[in-house]
Amino acid sequence: MAKSLKQRLAILSDAAKYDASCASSGTQKRDSATSGGLGSTEGMGICHAYAPDGRCISLLKILLTNFCLYDCVYCVNRSSSNVERARFTAEEVVWLTLEFYRRNYIEGLFLSSGIIRSSDYTMEQLVRVAKDLRTLHNFRGYIHLKTIPEASPHLIEEAGLYADRLSINIELPTDQGIEQFAPQKHPARIRQSMSDLSLKIEAAKEPTLKTKRRQRFVPGGQSTQMIVGVDGATDATILGSSVDLYSRFRLRRVYYSAFSPIPDASSALPLSRPPLMREHRLYQADWLYRFYGFDVTEITSVRADGNLELDIDPKLAWALANRDRFPVDVNRADKEMLLRVPGLGTSSVPAILSARRHKRLRLDDLERLRVSVRKVRPFIMAEGWSPLRLTDRTDLRELFAPKPKQLSLFG
Amino acid sequence: MIRLGLRGRGDLAEWRDAARALLRAGVPPTDVDWRVQDGGADLFGLADDPLPPPDPSLSAPTVPAAFLTLADAVICHRDPSRFALLYRLLWRVQGERALLSIPSDPDVARAETLEKAIRRDAHKMKAFVRFKEMGPPHAGRRRFAAWFEPDNYIVARTSGFFQRRFTDMDWIIVTPKGSAAWDGQHLTLSDEPSQKPDLIDDTDDLWRTYFAHIFNPARLKVQAMQSQMPKKYWKNLPEADLIPDLIASAEDRMRDMIDREATQPKPFHYRIRERE
Repeated sequence: MAKSLKQRLAILSDAAKYDASCASSGTQKRDSATSGGLGSTEGMGICHAYAPDGRCISLLKILLTNFCLYDCVYCVNRSSSNVERARFTAEEVVWLTLEFYRRNYIEGLFLSSGIIRSSDYTMEQLVRVAKDLRTLHNFRGYIHLKTIPEASPHLIEEAGLYADRLSINIELPTDQGIEQFAPQKHPARIRQSMSDLSLKIEAAKEPTLKTKRRQRFVPGGQSTQMIVGVDGATDATILGSSVDLYSRFRLRRVYYSAFSPIPDASSALPLSRPPLMREHRLYQADWLYRFYGFDVTEITSVRADGNLELDIDPKLAWALANRDRFPVDVNRADKEMLLRVPGLGTSSVPAILSARRHKRLRLDDLERLRVSVRKVRPFIMAEGWSPLRLTDRTDLRELFAPKPKQLSLFG
Repeated sequence: MIRLGLRGRGDLAEWRDAARALLRAGVPPTDVDWRVQDGGADLFGLADDPLPPPDPSLSAPTVPAAFLTLADAVICHRDPSRFALLYRLLWRVQGERALLSIPSDPDVARAETLEKAIRRDAHKMKAFVRFKEMGPPHAGRRRFAAWFEPDNYIVARTSGFFQRRFTDMDWIIVTPKGSAAWDGQHLTLSDEPSQKPDLIDDTDDLWRTYFAHIFNPARLKVQAMQSQMPKKYWKNLPEADLIPDLIASAEDRMRDMIDREATQPKPFHYRIRERE
């Protein structure tokens, strides 16, 4: 019996939830006020709901189909899995996107697909959805398309004209991991595809000679995802791989997804899952690299085994391993060093720099700047405050580490 | 002491006119008793004092642009002390021109806290308003309505977002703190409170299906969800009543995934693999 739209929506959302990305920020600003039509993007992404897994729901994240020729061991949609299969038509995805958008459920669409018939055939279907949304329906909301591995360059180019973001998942941090767990995927070709896209994005930023206008091409950039805990890679390997992707292909984001139990899992998967906290620590480390001026090796060299601490965050772990760099004087230290103080961040540091031009800061000044004085106190000097020398304290870790408890059901 | 009552529904001009008159008359902040008008006050003879005439010996006051931006947000807050706080800042900034760049100053810090609350409230309104379709299109335009309950008087300052986004449809957002409506030509604002209308939209059922199925029961993080989507918003979100059951069944669903024996693939899997 044919499945209803609602039944297929259930199947194809279930099939899409393992992609962590739901970002709708960082694209060009546009709206429909003067041009008519529907939709806008105003810089900041909006999370329209949160699921009980704590994840933001910003986009309608679905697969066009979960039939797939590939047999990636970790994937719920691999060809050897017995999950229920379904398929949307391009028109149905367009309809769902517009109707969800009009009710303000979503910022736009994140469309991916299992690979059916061929990479090009699958990619053509995805491009058609984006093209119809933009050209037939004047849709100006956010569109993220998954790039199908091995799809022809002209299809990627066309996708880039309509999509805000394109992504192709590297899946695992090492080439051996990809070969072992995703036998139909080829790491070198995935990187080639990222590289080609990165060059096209750069080229489109140059104003054309004729019109002096910049071409609109993937304004939200490209992103990727790595699954954590399937192969034996350490956090140092994972983050090293991310840095490589950020710097070589100018990726906007690398997403980390702690592998979790899936329906009808393959027996080739590891029995134990990584704690969700590991994924959280990787995001924190990724943040320190991108916004706090840390080198990834500084963060990953704290422990000899190359993994991040689970019970304390990577910035605190770095500070405790580098006690000679503290205390930091909030009235004199430069921005770079202030950013390294556990408890100070990208919003409190500019506030400190601004305020200290006018007065010498005390602890209660910091409190008014919404800094947690309890947390920063051991690491800073302020007017009227100098801490015990950190090197003299043996109980610092205990001060911050949470009371021992089970981190996750399988931690 | 000068007693002044304002309607206080997020209109900066109302406060600005009074504050300008006070400043030009040289009235210090400690001599003003700012109040929010509540319909009944006048019955007890607590009428407003008249605004004092300007003092000709004072030069015309000026304000930095940053103050007006800050005030425009702070005035939307429901905190009854907002009028006095803003007047104190306005008074001080006449002599302390750099005041607003000292975020550790208690008045500045307080104003920034209120501003931040307004930003968050407006952001949550953009996120959690849910439009429901009202019958068939009218004159070629589809019509939608939403009920929302903001903490503060933010409907007017947030309405432009909805206008820029939902240009090709008619919509109205009604709240206990004012309403906004768009018909393709005009944005109509009101600061009068509204009653919750009865609204039903069948598409909510598809959205609820999506919400239930995009959730991964193997990664329950209830705290993370609630810090971003506090319970006070749930009653107006069509998907929220699914949450308790999704949480309650998550562990069993995960156990089931883990305990299940690996299955044999379907024939099509072997056909595909033979082609390799």
